Amino acid sequence: MSLSFFDQFSSPSLLGIPLILIAMVFPALLLPSPGNRWINNRLSTLQLWFINLITKQLMIPLDKKGHKWALILTSLMMFLLLTNLLGLLPYTFTPTTQLSMNLALAFPLWLATLLTGLRNQPSVSLGHLLPEGTPTLLIPALILIETTSLLIRPLALGVRLTANLTAGHLLIQLISTATTTLMTTMPVVSLLTLAVLLLLTILEVAVAMIQAYVFVLLLSLYLQENI
Amino acid sequence: LPAAVLLKDTKLMDVKLGQLGSWLATRDFTPGGIMGAMRRGYERYYNKYINVRKGGLGGISMVLAAYVVLSYMWSYSHVKHDRRRKYH
Repeated sequence: MSLSFFDQFSSPSLLGIPLILIAMVFPALLLPSPGNRWINNRLSTLQLWFINLITKQLMIPLDKKGHKWALILTSLMMFLLLTNLLGLLPYTFTPTTQLSMNLALAFPLWLATLLTGLRNQPSVSLGHLLPEGTPTLLIPALILIETTSLLIRPLALGVRLTANLTAGHLLIQLISTATTTLMTTMPVVSLLTLAVLLLLTILEVAVAMIQAYVFVLLLSLYLQENI
Repeated sequence: LPAAVLLKDTKLMDVKLGQLGSWLATRDFTPGGIMGAMRRGYERYYNKYINVRKGGLGGISMVLAAYVVLSYMWSYSHVKHDRRRKYH
């Protein structure tokens, strides 16, 4: 059985039961629904404050029709944030490293923004394919380029998230392997590698949060163009 | 009377070892019963550690630590090969 560094990304299963379901549902346990008191417990207060912050950030550029998207965008943001951050704990499985899952999230949402735009304001949506002020000779080429860039958006959304998280986890695994291997032979170099590992972990925490934010932000941008 | 309280109503910590089998037989193992038991356990944990006036980090850290331990148990069969390998 050849073990490679990519084994941490294989979808885990116990006696044939896919454990990815548990990894996907677990973040919901960490978000209790606030009770009907005026002052809730600290966890609910933190959660409410954070969700307010995200929703305001996302909904300010959108007009009234866009506010219908508030629920799905905010819950997507919370889901991605929590799954990415939980994946940094030892031995846990990050479902967002699976390309299938990220594409399953990106494709339908992007398609929804596109169809909303094409249905409600078709000429404005198609008008986005040609930026203003382009020289007449460039128009055909630019339309082709803009169409390609439009069609590649869901792939980019999914692959961006997958690649960032996978690369981060791989780097952590590689550098920690180097640290433990060097501890017996060259302890000082091992300490340096440990410092690199510490910085890398801080970076990974930031990347986890940023990638979730970028995903949802881009979706809201696509929505603004089309709503 | 020693058996004044019904076996069904005694808590687990009060059940004698010999009575364990019959106590288990009185429990409700239907799907609805299992969901009820999970909800009761969740509410117990939530009201003891999180839904308090000055909850701290401990409440949520215990959940995360349990998740880490559970993930280790699930991936043990995969991870045990790493122990004595020379080249990873």
